[in-house]
Amino acid sequence: MNLNATLIGELIAFTVFVLFCMKYVWPPLNGAIEARQKKIEDGLAASDKAEQELERVRLEAAEQLTEAKSQAADIIEQAKKRAALIVDEETTRGQQEREKIIAQGHSEIDSERSRVTEDLRKQVATLAVVGAEKILEREINQAAHSDIVEKLVAEL
Amino acid sequence: MAAEEVTLSSHIQHHLTNAKMCSTDTGLAFNKACADSGFWTWHIDTLAWSIGLGLVFLWIFRSAASKSTTGVPGKFQCFIEMIVESVGDNVRDTYHGNSKLIAPLALTIFVWVFLMNLMDLIPVDFLPAFAGFVGESAFGMDSHDVYMKIVPTTDINLTAALAIGVFILMIGYSIKMKGIGGFIAELTLHPFSSNNKMVQILLIPFNLLLETIALVTKPFSLALRLFGNLYAGELIFILIGAVGLMQLPLHFIWACLHLLVIWLQAFVFMMLTVVYLSMASSNNSH
Repeated sequence: MNLNATLIGELIAFTVFVLFCMKYVWPPLNGAIEARQKKIEDGLAASDKAEQELERVRLEAAEQLTEAKSQAADIIEQAKKRAALIVDEETTRGQQEREKIIAQGHSEIDSERSRVTEDLRKQVATLAVVGAEKILEREINQAAHSDIVEKLVAEL
Repeated sequence: MAAEEVTLSSHIQHHLTNAKMCSTDTGLAFNKACADSGFWTWHIDTLAWSIGLGLVFLWIFRSAASKSTTGVPGKFQCFIEMIVESVGDNVRDTYHGNSKLIAPLALTIFVWVFLMNLMDLIPVDFLPAFAGFVGESAFGMDSHDVYMKIVPTTDINLTAALAIGVFILMIGYSIKMKGIGGFIAELTLHPFSSNNKMVQILLIPFNLLLETIALVTKPFSLALRLFGNLYAGELIFILIGAVGLMQLPLHFIWACLHLLVIWLQAFVFMMLTVVYLSMASSNNSH
């Protein structure tokens, strides 16, 4: 073990290696590590934030859903009421229509009957006159006896 | 093979000798020819392996860095980033200042020293024997004259170079943070201080002695700890490699233990570097 010029050579080599490492090796490697650490930190923060946002949105959605459900229930309730109302109205209207139709039928029947009665009366009068003519075997002055016939007809 | 007898001690000696290069009057000379060349000898195996492993470190990390994205990382990038992040965390826990140098310095020391220590797990004879074979068949050398020590951290020159680099940074940071006056005051006015000016002046030599020792022991402990641990580990690997078939279980056990040692020594060197620099930059280090 004797010190010699190798020492100087190694000292130069050591210096050169350290300088090279300081300039071209350490900064990019350490920089990459630190940049990645920053990136991961940012990513974690963003993920936390997104999670909170998700929770918030979920709550909001649940709230909206509840609101929508109650609104739907309201609408259905209203629709039912309206339907009942319509049914009532229609029933009333149908009833009225029916009564009207029935009344109309009645009046039609009445007028028909009175017309038929009138006809019958006239025919009976004629028949009566004809019958009387036959019975009397002579012609009755229709004009002179019409009051009798009229009276007869009215009695029918 | 060599004519001389291969003894256990010569085998071990061979393993523990670096390949040397020096310049003489007749040009470049190698190994035994450099026995007298003194300081200006180069351990070419240490230099080649350490610089090669340093380049491997830089290449691996640079390729991860150039492909790094802030998106989902691949497995390779994850692995590299795991190392970078753990080193960065350790530095942040220990060094509270703001420095662009400390973290890459710590990363370089940790990975580079780890890779060099890792060479210890390659069976001790593989690469030296291969180098001997190449030297003998390609260059016509005696394979005993080809030396190859593949673990650079078992060479005191490398660990001392790292420690001296850290030491220079320690002094640099001290002066940068506290100014030259502050640095000198730290060396001379602690640990003994007095309100009496005369007594204080008398105490300065003692303080200077103690503080200088405290300062200088730091790089010494750094260099010798790493060197001692790895040198001893390597020596035991060589010894185990010399005991015949029994080496298999022994080698396994020692290698398992060494898995811990190579990692731990790299980590300790890195942490102590950061701690020393942190102490140098803080205002009240005592």
